[in-house]
Amino acid sequence: MTQPHKTTYREAARAALREALARDPRVFLIGEDVGRYGGTFAVSKGLLDEFGPERIRDAPLSESAFVGAGIGAALGGMRPIVEIMTVNFSLLALDQILNNAATLLHMSGGQFQVPLVIRMATGAGRQLAAQHSHSLEGWYAHIPGLRILAPATLEDVRGMLASALLDPDPVLIFEHAGLYGMEGLLAADAGAVEIERAALRRRGRDASVICYGGMLPKALAAAAELAREGIEVDLLDLRSLRPLDTAALVETVSRTHRALVVDEGWRSGSLSAEVVARIQERAFYELDAPLARLCTAEVPIPYARQLEEAAIPQAEDIAKSVRRLVGKPDASPPTPFERAQRGAPDA
Amino acid sequence: MSAESRAAADDRARLLEQMLRIRRLEEKCAELYSAGKIRGFLHLYIGEEAVAVGVMDCLRTQDAVVATYREHGHALARGISAESILAEMYGKQQGVSRGRGGSMHLFDASTRFYGGNAIVGGGLPIAVGLALADSMQKRECVTACFFGEGAVAEGEFHESLNLAALWKLPVLFCCENNLYAMGTALARSHSQTDLCLKAASYAIPAWPVDGMDVLAVRDAARRALLAVRAGGGPAFLELRTYRFRAHSMFDPELYREKAEVELWKQRDPIAQLRAALVEEGRLGDADWEALEAAVAGELAGAVAFAEAAEFEPLEDLLRFVTSEPGAREGAPR
Repeated sequence: MTQPHKTTYREAARAALREALARDPRVFLIGEDVGRYGGTFAVSKGLLDEFGPERIRDAPLSESAFVGAGIGAALGGMRPIVEIMTVNFSLLALDQILNNAATLLHMSGGQFQVPLVIRMATGAGRQLAAQHSHSLEGWYAHIPGLRILAPATLEDVRGMLASALLDPDPVLIFEHAGLYGMEGLLAADAGAVEIERAALRRRGRDASVICYGGMLPKALAAAAELAREGIEVDLLDLRSLRPLDTAALVETVSRTHRALVVDEGWRSGSLSAEVVARIQERAFYELDAPLARLCTAEVPIPYARQLEEAAIPQAEDIAKSVRRLVGKPDASPPTPFERAQRGAPDA
Repeated sequence: MSAESRAAADDRARLLEQMLRIRRLEEKCAELYSAGKIRGFLHLYIGEEAVAVGVMDCLRTQDAVVATYREHGHALARGISAESILAEMYGKQQGVSRGRGGSMHLFDASTRFYGGNAIVGGGLPIAVGLALADSMQKRECVTACFFGEGAVAEGEFHESLNLAALWKLPVLFCCENNLYAMGTALARSHSQTDLCLKAASYAIPAWPVDGMDVLAVRDAARRALLAVRAGGGPAFLELRTYRFRAHSMFDPELYREKAEVELWKQRDPIAQLRAALVEEGRLGDADWEALEAAVAGELAGAVAFAEAAEFEPLEDLLRFVTSEPGAREGAPR
């Protein structure tokens, strides 16, 4: 049966876990509430019944210990998948991720590989306030020794895990919490996808929009709106935040000569800054306009709905930024994001 | 002399030799540091030799070891050659970690020696994971995890002991209580200074041990390992010991009295065992001189090896950040 079936990002993530567990006895899942509770975001629901408590391991609230245990188990020949509830909680395990997972291979002179996969939810949009909503994947992308993935589609959340498990080195997969409910069609034989390259989600000649993760659906919506106005966007989904697919950046900019980088992380010292820097290093003479960025307001994500929405770039903000980038007049009133950023230093 | 007591005496001579090898290696390291041959941080194990030697003597080849940044002694006692240890400190590619780790990061896959960890407490979760992997793969191995009493103040200590006990994992937690976390005395950093109580609060059997007596250490480790190997979950040893030298080569030792150091030196683990063997007439001056000569010969060879070893070419700098091609889906270790 190859008929595509309707599914969600959450179900696709679960299907990926189920397949990984069924395929390789060395694979197991550790995390807070992954078993009896079924996963904070219900991704691992039902897996405990299917695979048992030995392989679906509920961990105490000890991020550092269970991430470190994942590292140790990987060193010991297993293929652990560690789930961390949110990227904010991953900071409690940052010591293990940076000082051990990312470092052991090099520090041991190539002797000890750490084939570990860490999955975690990232991003805002659910009124969970300033300790559950940040987008810190750009920080992790700073660290040599890690591979950082950001699945933004059903195919990618279904297929990146299998490829990550084949990597002999640590891989962090950032699932955007706002995408878990996203519905769509997925081929029945959907499986492993390559994890090295960015993907062009839409082809256009007027401007490049470069984004990843939770910003992709917003960028797609903006691109559809812009197409109705006659502006064709080349939409690049980074997919892999480390390593970055620099060739794809150069390629899209060489086609459009203008680019907007959209990043749910904060702007200062961000992944978007890295993308912009690489484009100007490698494709400066292709540019017809200054590179533009659209990032989350530099504020801890607030609870109140209207404030949270105004802190995060929305589809209309992406559309407006592209209009500005291509020099198209835009008489629409300021968006909540624009209004909220007024008066910000160097906004 | 019965065959049995002769065997026991030989056995003690072996422990004495192991401790002496560590002592002389560390003295050589200090000398080489002063000569500028070794750089970075250098933490010497002098005074604490009985701990590593006593515990390692009870481990099997297939067991795993996780140690700290004061780990030259553990590495040597685990069977890593003095050559590759010294070459590592010289920063040479024949070093045990190809010169990428230095004194604080000795690693060796062939003896399952997982560092050489310089984030205090950071090795404990790794030890839990190694034991988890062994347990899930039904391998009859134990992971011996060494750390200082300073690590007991870290959250990772508490998280790891809880997890190891909860999942009944085969870990031998070896707390080397040398009374000072760098320069901060135990009583200045712990509201509860009875460390065994802390381990016991996680339902882990815990014993305080005289860490200056290699036989006591070995007996305790043996007893604890019996229980761990029988599937009883982790065990905890508080090995009461003392570092005779400064914390590192940069430490002016303002935080402790010279008299205190002298007092502990009277309990030198090497001198004690030597005296016992001499007293029993089992170790003569000639035996001791032969032992010293053998160790000196080994170390001279190791220094020559490290001197002659090569620095890794600059072109190799970026190697091993990620695995090299061909390592994909590499054989499980």
